[in-house]
Amino acid sequence: MKDFLRRFMKNKGAVVGLAIFLLVVGVAISAPFLYDGSPWMMVADPLMTPFQDAQYPLGTDMLGRDIAAGMAYGAQVSLLISLISTAVAVIVGVAIGAIAGYNGGWLDDLLMRITEFFQTIPQLAMAVVLVAIFTPSIYSIVGAIALVSWPPVARLVRSEFLSLRQREFVQAAVVIGLRPGRIIFTQILPNAMSSIIITASLMVATAILTESALSFLGLGDRNMMSWGFMIGAARTMLREAAWMSILPGLAILLTVLAINLIGEGLSDALNPQLRNRGEK
Amino acid sequence: MTLPEPSSPLLSIRNLSVRLPGTGERSHAVKGVSFDLLRGEILCIVGESGSGKSISANAIMGLLPSYLRPEQGEILFDGQDLLKQSESELLALRGRRIGMIFQEPMSALNPTMRVGQQIAEVMDTHNAYPGTQRQQRVLELLELVGLPDPRTLQHSYPFRLSGGQRQRVMIAMALALEPDILIADEPTTALDVTTQAQILELIQKIQRSMGMGVMFITHDFGVVADIADRIVVMEKGLLVEQGVAAQILDAPQHPYTQRLIAAVPTGRSSVTAVAVGSAPVLDVRNLMKTYSTGGGLFKPARVVHAVNDVSFTVARGETLGIVGESGSGKSSIGKCLLKLQSIDGGQIFFDGQDIAPLSQSAFRPQRQKLQMIFQDPFASLNPRHTVGRILTDGPIANGVPRAEAERRARELLALVELEASAYDRYPNEFSGGQRQRVGIARALALQPDLLVADESVSALDVSVQAQVLALLQDIQQRLGVAMVFITHDLRVAAQICHKVGVMHQGCMVEYGTPEQILSNPKQLYTRRLIDAMPGKAWDRQRADASV
Repeated sequence: MKDFLRRFMKNKGAVVGLAIFLLVVGVAISAPFLYDGSPWMMVADPLMTPFQDAQYPLGTDMLGRDIAAGMAYGAQVSLLISLISTAVAVIVGVAIGAIAGYNGGWLDDLLMRITEFFQTIPQLAMAVVLVAIFTPSIYSIVGAIALVSWPPVARLVRSEFLSLRQREFVQAAVVIGLRPGRIIFTQILPNAMSSIIITASLMVATAILTESALSFLGLGDRNMMSWGFMIGAARTMLREAAWMSILPGLAILLTVLAINLIGEGLSDALNPQLRNRGEK
Repeated sequence: MTLPEPSSPLLSIRNLSVRLPGTGERSHAVKGVSFDLLRGEILCIVGESGSGKSISANAIMGLLPSYLRPEQGEILFDGQDLLKQSESELLALRGRRIGMIFQEPMSALNPTMRVGQQIAEVMDTHNAYPGTQRQQRVLELLELVGLPDPRTLQHSYPFRLSGGQRQRVMIAMALALEPDILIADEPTTALDVTTQAQILELIQKIQRSMGMGVMFITHDFGVVADIADRIVVMEKGLLVEQGVAAQILDAPQHPYTQRLIAAVPTGRSSVTAVAVGSAPVLDVRNLMKTYSTGGGLFKPARVVHAVNDVSFTVARGETLGIVGESGSGKSSIGKCLLKLQSIDGGQIFFDGQDIAPLSQSAFRPQRQKLQMIFQDPFASLNPRHTVGRILTDGPIANGVPRAEAERRARELLALVELEASAYDRYPNEFSGGQRQRVGIARALALQPDLLVADESVSALDVSVQAQVLALLQDIQQRLGVAMVFITHDLRVAAQICHKVGVMHQGCMVEYGTPEQILSNPKQLYTRRLIDAMPGKAWDRQRADASV
């Protein structure tokens, strides 16, 4: 664990990413304390530019809603949806990949054909259709994002299982009489964990983007302010009040970048032998 | 072996030291090593893994990785110090004046290039044999290394060739420009014994006819006895002994050399008789296993009989050796016995019950009676579990209370001669031999009636191999378990087995006591296998000496 932290900290990008991500988490948690009213409330004159009034440092939108409050609550929504949907996708993907990779044979064929079916449809198009059918709500959005993002996890876990299954220590576990369930959980899965963690961290970033895209298209949860919705609402006034789109856009950019940096840092820290790629 | 005329050294290594990075146990990969390679001799460099023998060879070729730099010393070739040459000067030497053969014929050839082209490329690089001569030379070389039908074979891709044939192609490439020096780094280690014997003979023949100096790196004293004119023995980066072959083989001075030579498997039986009349623990009848590949809608699948109608029995306290070359089906037998693979016919009676038709879950309660020791000590232990966990997982899964399993695991560590502190450590903290001991302890933790050891010592150095074999034999006799010992090395099998079965292309072609098989083989194949055993002549001398 100490080694892991030391290797992670050696990657400067990852440390910066972690700092930004913690800042976003901090803002998301403190949003209700900083802004006790709803972010949808009209609190001031419309279209105030940033830094015009100290009480509304990031200005207001065309209806006089506080942009800073919107950004803070938006962070909550983005993190909540992306983390939950990634967790669901990882659980589904690991389960399907593990079953397919461990058992092989017709079960593997069947599960992989199903996975391919999901992979052939563009992710965003499918998410849009699903959310539109099930009416936009936080549940349908989480469900839709999870449903479109599990296939890569399943494929990754399957290939890890296929190769780990042939390793002698797994055969040794069969020989000493462990049940398949225990072999999967105690022998194979821990050895596949590092790649799963790295993939999951990058999936969080993709989920934030998907959620923003859905909100931008007006398919966000009506009761929750989100970054994508703010950009979508501000796009009609792009020329008059660019900051209304740029600020939430920057928030998305920084958060996604931070998570990607963390993912790369995790990858270096969990697979130290890959660190010296190409160098002898 | 006759000694060639003494001549001036072709290559001189003087006081070579290569520093290891970091602050490990050893500061140097090679320290203060000096030796000469004479014209027209085969110099064997012998040592176990980590002795620095390959590092020395790579230093000559300038092939050391960037973190390993020669610290001092010189390598004199033609009056020039190779360590001071620039990369471009070395390029001109490599291939033209110094040729090299590597250990792994499977990965040393470019899989996407025809073998003829690969040989021609060597000449192309050095602008030798221009025009039509080059084609002629390729055919000549393929002929020289004894490959059949060079005209057709030059157009083959490497994957069509066997391991031995690929190694011959490698030798042809190394010899293309008639170098003065040939460096062979464990060129036969990855090959079967019969192929190894052929390649050794080839190297010897070519060396004699071309009169070059051969530097032959190996860990196997049997091979050394067959081909060496002079020997250099290395231990942990130091040169401990060098001299003429006969002198070192018959009267080694340094204790390390003595230990190494003593550890070479002799092929002489060291087993004690089993209690006769005990009922067989394992009775295998007409075992069949086939693999089919490449079957499609319109073409029939290619069917390989990996195990074809094999029958044998093993009694309590008895060791059966199954000997064969790669692809003979010996490992398939092991996997079938443990039901790691399904079988296609036959019966496996274990303690009187046919286990072949049982489903995995029906067989699971019986698994503890049948245990396996695996081949690769590095792959057979889960890197994320402590040794204690590895040893207790099995008993706990089979219903032994945790405290009891832990107590037993600690006892087993003592039995396989590991320290008690090993219990809380992870596999990566142990050497190969120590890991194999953990593997043996894991198999014993379930108190099995039958142990299957699949090439369990082939990945280990000879001295470690001898220790592990002694341990296995000791444990087997003390606990009275039956053992199936699968190996490619007839010498090892003859040493520790009561009965030996020889496998060839899926069939058991010969079955009997080691003495019968070694002294009076009935099958042509067995005779070939015995003739190919490295160091036979030397071994006979040793046997006579010890009587």
